[in-house]
Amino acid sequence: MLSITGLYSGYGHIEALHGIDMELAAGEIVALIGANGAGKTTLLMTICGKPRASQGSIRFDGEDITDWPSFRIARRGIAHAPEGRRIFPRMSVRENLQMGAVAGNQQHFASDLERVLSLFPRLGERLQQRGGTLSGGEQQMLAIGRALMGRPRLLLLDEPSLGLAPLVVRQIFEIIADINRSHGVTVFLVEQNAFHALRLAQRAYVMVNGRITLQGSGSQLLADPAVRAAYLEGGHGVATPPAEPAP
Amino acid sequence: MDYLLQQLINGVTLGAVYGLIAIGYTMVYGIIGMINFAHGDIYMIGAFISLIGLLLVGVLGITYVPLALLLVLVLAVLFTAVYGWAVERLAYRPLRGSVKLAPLISAIGMSIVLQNYVQLAQGARVKPLQPIIRGGFDLSSANADYHVTLSYLQIIIVLLTVALMAGFTAVIKATPLGRAQRATEQDMTMASLLGIDVDRVISTTFVIGASLAAVAGLIVTLYYGVIDFYIGFVAGIKAFTAAVLGGIGSLPGAILGGLLIGLIEALWSGYFSIEYKDVAAFGVLVMVLIFRPTGLLGKPEIEKV
Ligand SMILES: Nc1ncnc2c1ncn2[C@@H]1O[C@H](COP(=O)(O)OP(=O)(O)O)[C@@H](O)[C@H]1O
Ligand SMILES: [Mg+2]
Repeated sequence: MLSITGLYSGYGHIEALHGIDMELAAGEIVALIGANGAGKTTLLMTICGKPRASQGSIRFDGEDITDWPSFRIARRGIAHAPEGRRIFPRMSVRENLQMGAVAGNQQHFASDLERVLSLFPRLGERLQQRGGTLSGGEQQMLAIGRALMGRPRLLLLDEPSLGLAPLVVRQIFEIIADINRSHGVTVFLVEQNAFHALRLAQRAYVMVNGRITLQGSGSQLLADPAVRAAYLEGGHGVATPPAEPAP
Repeated sequence: MDYLLQQLINGVTLGAVYGLIAIGYTMVYGIIGMINFAHGDIYMIGAFISLIGLLLVGVLGITYVPLALLLVLVLAVLFTAVYGWAVERLAYRPLRGSVKLAPLISAIGMSIVLQNYVQLAQGARVKPLQPIIRGGFDLSSANADYHVTLSYLQIIIVLLTVALMAGFTAVIKATPLGRAQRATEQDMTMASLLGIDVDRVISTTFVIGASLAAVAGLIVTLYYGVIDFYIGFVAGIKAFTAAVLGGIGSLPGAILGGLLIGLIEALWSGYFSIEYKDVAAFGVLVMVLIFRPTGLLGKPEIEKV
């Protein structure tokens, strides 16, 4: 569904990605883990055309979208709940969700809204509240809900657990699994919280300094001693230590 | 008392014109964070197209005044909108993402080009026009020797302005276009990640600003009956002052600021000195910038990350 080959990208003269190859099949949950500054956010943003790739190609459902403007990529079915959530602070929760619907078909707004509110009932109680006044967890729910409003086929999630309480993290990960299972949305999940991400994902990649250094199934990487040392057992990449033992 | 009433009537009329122009400044600033320095000249272009339109309907023999004015209004809005669109395409879009000073300078360049273009095409002489809408109400109190008039034209100006502003506020508040504009204003990158064609939203914003300036141009042409290629400069600075006074980026602020500047100018020229009427508006600009740079209804500047 998404295939990335030889991708280079960066900011001005600073190159952040040095030749990324990656393949996502329809219906998968794929995780990308890596330390702070590895280039995970840059990869997700480059898929959406901001910044633009300097070399290599990105194909989505057989079409080369490398040079498409961001809005066209979104309308083709790639939704992004970005780093920092980027909720429109002076728009209501409802208006934020309406903005999410722009990429999709406006005809089924009412049923899409209902679907998203059933995933995130908290948002339903706050429809008229301004986005900027929500708590961190609610903002993350809104960012994911907004991304789902356009009925995407591929959902990019950039550190959805960052800064959230463990209970909320678990809730959000359950919802991600549900979105994938019952709505068939392919999920590309970037996380520093490697433990949860690797348990949820069928496949995963490890990124170090703008390159992919390891890949495999979620359980393979979870058992890999190098991954455990770097990202799970007190490694510098760990955001929150796992609260329960690995299965 | 009667004299004061007359100044208030004149001030509100003037304020409507400044408010209409100020909306263009405030909307463009809201969305791209820059002042459109050619906006005053877009208004001047609107006035000239209105004048040409008024002469044209005369030549065509359209004597039914409401129809003639409607035709001129449509003509002025359409053509001025094209100029507004062109300013964005030529002076702003190619420089988006470069240092903020660059589009500012290219916009000043556009402003000079537009002024000289009109001066060459139309001549530097002041263009007069016969009054088209005459008459009004006499509001003088009994046996006063000062006559207060509220002209039909003034009523039309204020009603038209109020209707446009109300309609426009509703568009921003409740339509997909208005939401797209506010989203672009708050986070341009996020808006494009959600499928908003940000370039088009910005173009539309310039076009709407130019359309409202065209209405202001038509109003001024009808109201004063004389225009020249230089009117955009002074009116532009006053409308800009109105936008800053109300709080740049705020739509109700632009309307309030326009009204206040109109009233200040009318009262100043009514009671102090008509020669120095521009000093009043500029004095207000300096005071606001010193004591309340966010304006009356403006939100405090939030540092963009
Ligand atoms: N806007 C930017 N301008 C310049 N450099 C940036 C920008 N954003 C990120 N970088 C740099 O690119 C590299 C990758 O960053 P990022 O993709 O944010 O990593 P991650 O999401 O894995 O933490 C880092 O070295 C970072 O400093
Ligand atoms: Mg990141």
